[in-house]
Amino acid sequence: MMAGILSVPDHLRRRRATSTRPPDATVEHAVRGHRHADIATAWSLAGPALILLMALFFLPVLTVFVIALTDWQFGASSLSFVGLANFREVFADQGFHASFLNTILYVLIVVPGTILLGLGIALLIESGKSCRAFYRALHFLPFMATLTAMAIAWEALLHPTIGLVNQTLAGFGLPTANWLRDEHTVLPVLAVIGIWQNLGYAMVLFLAGLKAIPQDLYDAADVDGADAWLDRLRTVTLPILGPVTMFVSIVVALKAFETFDTVQVLTQGGPEHASEMLLYTLYRESFQYLRTGYGSAVAVVFLAIVVALTLVQARLMDRKVHYQ
Amino acid sequence: MSAASSTTRLSAPGLLRHAVLLATAALVLIPFVWMVSLSIKPPGEIFRTGFSFWPHQFYGFENYAKAMTEAPLPRYMLNGVIVCTLIVLLQILVCAPAAYALAKLDFPGRGLLFGMVLVALILPHEVLALPLFVLGYKLGILNTYAALIFPYVVSPFGIFLFRQFFKTIPDDVVHAARLDGLNELAIVWKVMLPMAVPAIIAFAIFSVVSHWNSLFWPLIAVRDQALMPPPLGIMAFRNEEAGNDYGPLMAAATIVVAPLVIAFLAAQTWFVEGMTGGAVK
Amino acid sequence: MSISLSAITKSFGKNSVLKEISLDIADGEFLTLLGPSGCGKSTLLRILAGLELQSSGTVSIGGRTVDGVRPKRRDVAMVFQSYALYPHMTVAENMALPLRMRGLNAWQRLPLVGRLLPGTRIAKRQIEEEVRRTADALSIGPLLDRKPGQLSGGQRQRVALGRAMVRQPTVFLMDEPLSNLDAKLRVQMRAEIKELHSRLGVTFVYVTHDQSEAMTLSNRVAVMLDGELLQVAPPHEIYADPDDRRVAEFIGSPKINMLAGTVRERGRIDAAGTTLSAVLDMPVGTLVAVGIRPEAFHLTHHAGAGSFAGTVRLVEHMGSDLFVHLDVRGQGEPLIARLLAERAPHVTIGQTLHLAADLDRVLLFDEAGRRIRTTREGRGASVARLREMA
Repeated sequence: MMAGILSVPDHLRRRRATSTRPPDATVEHAVRGHRHADIATAWSLAGPALILLMALFFLPVLTVFVIALTDWQFGASSLSFVGLANFREVFADQGFHASFLNTILYVLIVVPGTILLGLGIALLIESGKSCRAFYRALHFLPFMATLTAMAIAWEALLHPTIGLVNQTLAGFGLPTANWLRDEHTVLPVLAVIGIWQNLGYAMVLFLAGLKAIPQDLYDAADVDGADAWLDRLRTVTLPILGPVTMFVSIVVALKAFETFDTVQVLTQGGPEHASEMLLYTLYRESFQYLRTGYGSAVAVVFLAIVVALTLVQARLMDRKVHYQ
Repeated sequence: MSAASSTTRLSAPGLLRHAVLLATAALVLIPFVWMVSLSIKPPGEIFRTGFSFWPHQFYGFENYAKAMTEAPLPRYMLNGVIVCTLIVLLQILVCAPAAYALAKLDFPGRGLLFGMVLVALILPHEVLALPLFVLGYKLGILNTYAALIFPYVVSPFGIFLFRQFFKTIPDDVVHAARLDGLNELAIVWKVMLPMAVPAIIAFAIFSVVSHWNSLFWPLIAVRDQALMPPPLGIMAFRNEEAGNDYGPLMAAATIVVAPLVIAFLAAQTWFVEGMTGGAVK
Repeated sequence: MSISLSAITKSFGKNSVLKEISLDIADGEFLTLLGPSGCGKSTLLRILAGLELQSSGTVSIGGRTVDGVRPKRRDVAMVFQSYALYPHMTVAENMALPLRMRGLNAWQRLPLVGRLLPGTRIAKRQIEEEVRRTADALSIGPLLDRKPGQLSGGQRQRVALGRAMVRQPTVFLMDEPLSNLDAKLRVQMRAEIKELHSRLGVTFVYVTHDQSEAMTLSNRVAVMLDGELLQVAPPHEIYADPDDRRVAEFIGSPKINMLAGTVRERGRIDAAGTTLSAVLDMPVGTLVAVGIRPEAFHLTHHAGAGSFAGTVRLVEHMGSDLFVHLDVRGQGEPLIARLLAERAPHVTIGQTLHLAADLDRVLLFDEAGRRIRTTREGRGASVARLREMA
């Protein structure tokens, strides 16, 4: 998916190769004029996108770095550089510690949960021929649905007295909880919602990976004696899904790091910062408390995590080539 | 395929497969079912312990009517449609020519431009929110439709996806179009895009779903209720009016979720491809 | 190990892929299933391996009925068209897998626990030795630590052979094993497979669509078309003495010339504007197909009975031979004759040419495509009689 991106310019090379032949002067002149026109056309097509990329992506990123190094406040007319003071403040802040650790913990629950459930459901769906599209659709539904609205539905499910969850637990004589107001349960509950939302996505990626396994390998395993369900899984399916699993893990981890909607709708980071996560901190500091320097420092930390994960992913995708 | 699994009759493992999948599907669907169930119940039944999916007294009309009238829900939905449509159209308008230049034209700086697209692809939009907010403020467009739309006018993913697709179209098609007298912009609109319909559909689905569902930026960009897209609107509805009035709240949630769910069920394959960003092929 | 297939049928829904195939393969024989793609040959091989279940009929290997027996218990090894090497395992691990699955129990195969169990170490050492020995025999010893992705096509082919050989099966099944190699390597590996067969002396069943592979490798060739077994015979017989029009047309390049003929009085046959004196016991007016292989033609100066007159449309120089395409009046497709270059030095396009056919080598088929054996054909008839006796 990312591996093929970087091998482009052979068409470019070919053009160069043909144009090194020494043409006579007039032809060369004409060709050069032609080239200039071509280049102008190309830039006129790509230009709007380039300008917008600069204005909406690259300048803002630079600005975030700059603000993170200054004491600028929203609306203030002057600013001065304060070095790494904002970062020092961020890293010394108990609130940020909580937010950071919560996010890590959340990701550490969501990723394995999503992978295991997504893989399990994909294996089950692929193990038979009937109703494949039906099961795929049902499990994929949460990934499509507007999370803000579904969070409100979850809130009703988790309601301490009238919620289905507590009513069911009480019906079985099990202890109930005020899931979203209890600092011990709130983060795991958000993680469950995260798993619920993403498992269909993981499932779809695994289904594609499973389809790509050549039937010949299973036949060879049969002839070689690895024909029991578990042996086939161990000899063929899981090892070959290895690269897909790494890819899905990282994509899901990225999605988990970017969790915001459920926190905003359900908990606002509470109780006692128990469910505060990085994006929510970023939002609250930047736009509610208008602590722009602090917020930008959080944004830089967040960006660093995302970029690091993406680079790991790119490395892994390169390594995948050895499998073919 | 093993000899055993090639028989079509229902075997014990086959039944087990259906049993487990139906169970997991049921678990996954509980929030949807609960939401719809509450949306057709009267307050008395909602607050009574003990549950059934179907209400004793059908209260659906009242709840949905309340959702549609007490909050400007139709307005939210219209805002969602306007914003998503404009975003998709502008994205295609900006991305397709750039993608064509990257895929089919040879010009100095092409590698650099493509590198920029790849870098922009990594950047999470939330990181850019503060500067974009400042930019919106300077332009004086905060709290307008323009504020909701402008950060998304160019989509690195769109450029990338279209470029990948355009590269699969043979160069000879472009050469033939040039010989027929089409200029480069006409080639993009009259030749490349019609051939890239699958990519456009996949991208449009991705774009519409992301922006219909997105909460973070609208929360920052608009304050005026008349401009709120559905997620922001329903959050405001919950916070201000409905509070504990679960029936209308769930009716509103159902209305917000319904368009995408229905579209998804109608065109499953397209949605799966669009939402997984072409990773599934 | 001998193999016996009796009345095997296979259908997918309404689509019948194999129609009553019966075939006996002798112990140590090299038998090739030859046919165009989609003729059912691979399905038949997969049924033999146990990878697919026949709809009806019986498979026995070594006198033992194996219907419903899993592939691993049939004592067959298979080489796949794609080689089907496990991409995440090294060459050594690929080759060791069949031995591990047989020689170690499930607990012993576990990553860490396995090592602690009694007997694991000895069994593993034996497996290692066996793998090394096989690898050396195929000269892939130096590749044992590589992964399949790092190997060339020919090397992968050898590893696939090694994985099949390592557990010393009594039957080798090969499904188009050479079709992914380039032409030069294909010829080389063909020779190696032939040598492997004579060295191991076990039964080989080989599937291919390539007649040159079938002809060079096999003791006998079984020609299949549309799910039917048309003929099973040694390669030269398949070529020179086909039982069926479709066999005659499938084997041989350029393709055999097929002329529409009519039986005349005294067993003569009119075809393509000439009369052949084949002696046939058939009613006058019967329609037959006359098959003449390109090399069964020779140049003649005599116009008239027994010679085909036509205009040269195309001459293809093949070095020692010439392929001459001759437009004959009343014949839709041109006749193709393969002439020795030295005997036909001045053939040019547009020239009128007379070709005579070796009557001994003319093949006649009835309307259903079955071979009609003329009384002239002493050899062919005796073969047919012999076969009836057997």
